[in-house]
Amino acid sequence: MSKTTILNATHRALGAKMVDFGGWDMPLNYGSQIEEHHAVRRDAGMFDVSHMTVVDLRGDGVRPFLRRLVANSVDKLKVSGKALYTCMLNAEGGVIDDLIVYYLGEDFFRIVVNAATRDKDLAWIAAQAAAFGVSISERRDLVMIAVQGPQARTRVLALLSPAAAAAAAALGKFAACEGDGLFIARTGYTGEDGFEIMVPETVALTFWNRLREAGVTPAGLGARDTLRLEAGMNLYGQDMDETVTPYEAGLAWTVALDAGRDFTGRAVLEAQRTAGAPQQMVGLVLDDKGVLRHGQKVLTASGAGEILSGTFSPTLGKAIAFARIPAGDPGAVRVDIRGRELPVRVVKYPFVRDGRACPGI
Amino acid sequence: MSEIPGDLKFMKSHEWARVEDDGLIRVGISDHAQGLLGDLVYVELPAVGDSVQAGNACAVVESVKAASDVYAPVSGEVVEINAALGDKPETINEDAYGEGWIFAVRPSNKDELEDLLDPDAYAELLDSEEH
Repeated sequence: MSKTTILNATHRALGAKMVDFGGWDMPLNYGSQIEEHHAVRRDAGMFDVSHMTVVDLRGDGVRPFLRRLVANSVDKLKVSGKALYTCMLNAEGGVIDDLIVYYLGEDFFRIVVNAATRDKDLAWIAAQAAAFGVSISERRDLVMIAVQGPQARTRVLALLSPAAAAAAAALGKFAACEGDGLFIARTGYTGEDGFEIMVPETVALTFWNRLREAGVTPAGLGARDTLRLEAGMNLYGQDMDETVTPYEAGLAWTVALDAGRDFTGRAVLEAQRTAGAPQQMVGLVLDDKGVLRHGQKVLTASGAGEILSGTFSPTLGKAIAFARIPAGDPGAVRVDIRGRELPVRVVKYPFVRDGRACPGI
Repeated sequence: MSEIPGDLKFMKSHEWARVEDDGLIRVGISDHAQGLLGDLVYVELPAVGDSVQAGNACAVVESVKAASDVYAPVSGEVVEINAALGDKPETINEDAYGEGWIFAVRPSNKDELEDLLDPDAYAELLDSEEH
């Protein structure tokens, strides 16, 4: 039996096609995935992301604990509300999950991990936290709504009290504040500006409906996937998992090898940094007609690889993908689509940012 | 779900076939099939002159979500293709039984039509798939 969010009946009433995602019954689309995608790129859309796992970590030892738990350095977090994207690794350097860490006080950090990985994440975190006297509390009482798009912030601010609106309007990127009983973060998974808002479940339906009345388009997991891939953002389980390190998943930018910090998996990352990782993740664009998809074989000068995430990009009108291929110069790259080898371009991603194709795409 | 036109025959794999006045058989995918696939983004058409066998794949429709083979309902020679789908594959989403046709065949054996489902039988198949 799938788990449901508090907005489940609302999604169904809006005509959503529902799908199982990580054990949750979630909206795939409300009619047209492509129209929802464009609504986010051109105006404002909203996603129910309450299936994700919000966990509060409290205790005097929480910062030392996070120094050890994650590969990025929480010492970058100095101002209350500031957020950090990072991975937590196993001893082999493999990615257990990716997460966002919010700094809310010296004895209070909040993390958001994936839905499908909830059980193993909480077990891992609990096991690691024991030595640090950190208390762990999952916040199933919070509903999370992501409002994304060039008009997203304006639409949200208009619904807030003057004080909350002022605080939310002043947020820099990747920072959060509280106001009107909401936790408002200027973060997202679409490559557009916007907020991810945690709402007490008692008022979640009202808040969702007010956003709708303000002209924000409900969007499903289908659009969320094409938006995040255009934005060059990884999906756990598809683009990385416990068998690859952040270096092999295009996530070197989330690793901090700062002096004196002994985080789990560090030894493997240091060895890879010296010797080079055996694989690399690259962005691909197909200029021919066709769609790049997960599992297709990628042929390069340095050996064969595989498409991780692949899709038709509604913004670009052609197919894009992430692929993992052997290290080294890939030369001319081709992808095997149903027995035909089509040439693709290796590109630096993101593919799309703030509504526009990035240079070189 | 839209009405299933009464003049069509169906395959279990959701292709439709319409016998036209000139004896050609026009082929597409059902409204149900386009709904399952979602927004279509690419159609790989057969070539005019191709010879197709009933039950064999001869075109591909791709949505954002998945690629799906289109099977020939009858054997024969492809005599028309809907080239407009190259630029507007979403026509299949909008009008699966009309403007969204994919190709037309001059059949070599009209008896093969007898193996297809009539609209009532197809509606029953959809019903049984849903429950």
